[in-house]
Amino acid sequence: MSTFFTIAVIALVFLIIFQIAKASEYVAVLKGEEKSRKENNKVNGFFMVSFLIMGLIGIYWCNELFYGKTLLAHDPASVQGERVDSMMRLTLVITGFVFIITQVALFWFAYRYQETDKRKPYFFPHNNTMEVIWTVIPAIALTVLVVIGLRNWFSFTGEAPSNALQVEVTGHQFGWTFRYAGNDNKFGKKYYKLIDASNSLGLQWKDSADLNIKDDPDSHDDIVLDATMYVIKDKPVKLLINSRDVVHDVGLTEFRMKQDAVPGTPTTLWFTPKFTTREMQEKLNNPNFEYEISCDQMCGNGHYSMRGVIKVVSQFEFDAWMAGQSPAYYGAYPDKDPSKKPLPAVAAADSSAKKVAMVSSKAK
Amino acid sequence: MSNEAVLHTNVEGAITHDEHHDEHHEHHHHETFITKYVFSQDHKMIAKQFLITGMVWAVLGGLMSVLFRLQLGYPDSHFPFLENILGKWWVQNGQITAQAYYALVTTHGTVLVFFVLTAGLSGTFANFLIPLQVGARDMASPFLNMLSYWFFFSASVVMLSSIFVETGPFSGGWTAYPPLSALKDASPGSGTGMDLWLIAMALFVVSSLLGGLNYIVTILNLRTKGMSMTRLPLTIWSLFFTAVLGVLSFPVLLSGFILLIFDRNFGTSFYLSDIYISGVGALPNEGGNAILFQHLFWFLGHPEVYIILLPAMGMVSEILSVNSRKPIFGYMAMVGSLFAIAILAFLVWAHHMFVTGLNPFLGSIFVLLTLLIAVPSAIKVFNWLTTLWRGNIRFTPAMMFAIGFVSLFISGGLTGIWLGNSALDIHLHDTMFIVAHFHIVMGVASMFGMFAGIYHWYPKMYGRYLNNTLGYIHFWITMVGAYLIFWPMHYEGLAGMPRRYYSYSAWESFKQFGGLNQFISTVAMIVFSVQILFLLNFFYSIWKGRKVTTQNPYGSNTLEWTAPIRPGHGNWPGEIPEVHRWAYDYAKDGREFIPQTTPVDPNEANH
Ligand code: HEM
Ligand SMILES: [Cu+2]
Ligand SMILES: [Cu+2]
Repeated sequence: MSTFFTIAVIALVFLIIFQIAKASEYVAVLKGEEKSRKENNKVNGFFMVSFLIMGLIGIYWCNELFYGKTLLAHDPASVQGERVDSMMRLTLVITGFVFIITQVALFWFAYRYQETDKRKPYFFPHNNTMEVIWTVIPAIALTVLVVIGLRNWFSFTGEAPSNALQVEVTGHQFGWTFRYAGNDNKFGKKYYKLIDASNSLGLQWKDSADLNIKDDPDSHDDIVLDATMYVIKDKPVKLLINSRDVVHDVGLTEFRMKQDAVPGTPTTLWFTPKFTTREMQEKLNNPNFEYEISCDQMCGNGHYSMRGVIKVVSQFEFDAWMAGQSPAYYGAYPDKDPSKKPLPAVAAADSSAKKVAMVSSKAK
Repeated sequence: MSNEAVLHTNVEGAITHDEHHDEHHEHHHHETFITKYVFSQDHKMIAKQFLITGMVWAVLGGLMSVLFRLQLGYPDSHFPFLENILGKWWVQNGQITAQAYYALVTTHGTVLVFFVLTAGLSGTFANFLIPLQVGARDMASPFLNMLSYWFFFSASVVMLSSIFVETGPFSGGWTAYPPLSALKDASPGSGTGMDLWLIAMALFVVSSLLGGLNYIVTILNLRTKGMSMTRLPLTIWSLFFTAVLGVLSFPVLLSGFILLIFDRNFGTSFYLSDIYISGVGALPNEGGNAILFQHLFWFLGHPEVYIILLPAMGMVSEILSVNSRKPIFGYMAMVGSLFAIAILAFLVWAHHMFVTGLNPFLGSIFVLLTLLIAVPSAIKVFNWLTTLWRGNIRFTPAMMFAIGFVSLFISGGLTGIWLGNSALDIHLHDTMFIVAHFHIVMGVASMFGMFAGIYHWYPKMYGRYLNNTLGYIHFWITMVGAYLIFWPMHYEGLAGMPRRYYSYSAWESFKQFGGLNQFISTVAMIVFSVQILFLLNFFYSIWKGRKVTTQNPYGSNTLEWTAPIRPGHGNWPGEIPEVHRWAYDYAKDGREFIPQTTPVDPNEANH
């Protein structure tokens, strides 16, 4: 009902506007087209400067309203982010300056040089000096930006420091899986055809003749997690990025970093976090704050829900957390778990005791 | 029946001559409804067909955006009436479903980029203006020209039908990246919907190639006596470069699609490797590379944005000059910068791929070339500004849209400088900042160019005027609305808000813009309804508009205004006029304007 009503009102408004417009056309014809054109011209010339002035005020106001909600309002959470932000500020100053000059000129000229009978337009088909000037100046400004930009680009995309913590990130519809190398600091091999319910990355845990795959012991201590990963404050992290199905993108807004996850073609990204999650929560006065991983590449109907979390913690907290993790291998082959090796005497008899043991002793 | 007779004056028109020997009068030959309005070979009628089909798509595409903005702006509201209209697949509990959201976003992007701003814009104005402004009776091949429209029409029909298939239309984004677009198990829209999308796009590519070749040949070979290349109006130059860009880049897109079709249907692995789909299992494909498609796509994709923009630039140059009553400033620099843009447009595609794992060194080359393209863009802006300077400006609705175009092009072009710098793009890529950038610089700006063209040449198309008051209302609300919609969107991008999200409510980092999203959606609806007002004006004026009574209502120099008010087939009843000068002798030697057909006076000043 209310829909119907709204449509009726809109239709009515249209009709009225339309009628007024028609009427003004008849008036124009009666008044003389020349005269009414000149009147229109005055009105629109006035609107042009008004638009300029209101627009500039609007831009200021918009900035007041929303600046505080952007990332620029607080310190970037990574060392790289600082360079992104300072480069962004410089770019803003340069483009902002050009923006103001050109927009003011545009609307001011429109207003200032609106038609009058007094003025003869100036025949001015070209002027080489002017054209050279406004080719060269933008070229110089752009060169400056490119130089700064490329310095940052090579530093961001260059090799990660050798002490970096390595974490493998794998995207899938619609979530993230993380892998740490475990005690041996080596990621074991994996093959996508081995993926199943208990082996979400397809790690090579056993020989498989039909796939021509060998057991890779390096994979036995790899730790696999969903949804949340841990990294260490002030220590570079290198992400090894994969996808299990379609193209995703590891979006790390707070760290100003991003890299696609492409099935079959691994990519990498590294950064150095500056604040722990807790520090950030205090800084922002928001106890719910988390470093979120957003998927930034359209990956299907659940794209918007592909959320991951990065906890930045101190080295000490990290070690304690890591000590509580057990390799994924033991999830699939509980009998291989040394911490759960049944005592020979009770061996086959008491499986419930085994379960208790499994829960209580999550030793490394 | 057709205009072959008059085409005998042109060598290039010879292709289709043999078919019709019976008609040798220029006018008043009997035409049936079908040959005049449907299977017409008259470039002016074909232009109108492109225009009106484009308008239909603009309305559909616009409506789609209103629907998905409804979801973004009012995520908690329920609209049960939509459920009644659209059905359960699209709307559940009065809310747009995620699958519908993605289907709408994808179809909106595809049809606006290709069907509205490519076919609707350059299809319309290349067809309408090229023969009239270069002084030709028609296109080099009117028959291929007709085919070009009908391929576009069939593309439209197929695309439209994809909306009604059971699994929904394609919903993986207008860029259609595989593997998502290749695997129906990864997304329901990648099934039948994607088949139809691909067929429609293939037909579209054929249409644009037929059109483009025709435009190029006509401009190169059918110019009237005296119309040297350097006397061409800038509209023609821009349409020329547009056509060249299209002819060289659309085939690459098609090849990318063909490989995709092979992957989808014939078990090849061009783009597929190491894929495990939940619920289906591991796929056999190994060794392909998903990024290959992105290279092929953007090799068209970037030129495509200029295919959309250049015609608008050309028309704006012409309209600014005519209505400032003063020559375009720096004609040769304008042509030169068009040329530079056309070349560079082929050399920057990977700036859309900085975060795909691209080799950093390669990335740096693309940064350089991308920022280089800002130089010719800057030249154009400064030249437009100088054209206004010390003019005597008439604010026709066309002129207002042209000025609006310049403003939008500045605003959106400047953010291009942010994005072209890869170190910043890492952060901004695929956020709402991108959406703001390309809507302002391409979407709205080219739309403004198109409106400017429609308002300016409507009298030539239909022999009647559009209602000016409605034109002014249309302009101001659209102008203000466009900025209100897209300016604040930059801030969402600066907060890192990703694009193509159905809902932000689960995100701690992105949920702070609820109020803004609601505002944007509301403005979008108002702006959309004003476009309906424009359409009313358009169709009403075809039959009821004020009649054009003078041949050259704007005091314009170009050739189309030497043709009769309602030109018939062949455009000029007698001889095609001869050209003696460039198109921009306004305010020269104290004369308000000097049409191109006026011979040069020996005493005239040289410029
Ligand atoms: C000063 C010149 C310009 C530069 C340096 C520039 C740069 C860029 C860059 C680097 C991107 C990729 C951003 C990303 O996805 O992360 C981009 C996106 C885009 N640009 Fe521009 N741009 C410029 C002008 C234009 C113009 C004139 C148009 C259209 C007429 C345009 C249309 C687009 C579109 C459509 C996209 C987004 C495509 C998508 O991902 O869906 N740009 N621009
Ligand atoms: Cu995604
Ligand atoms: Cu591009």
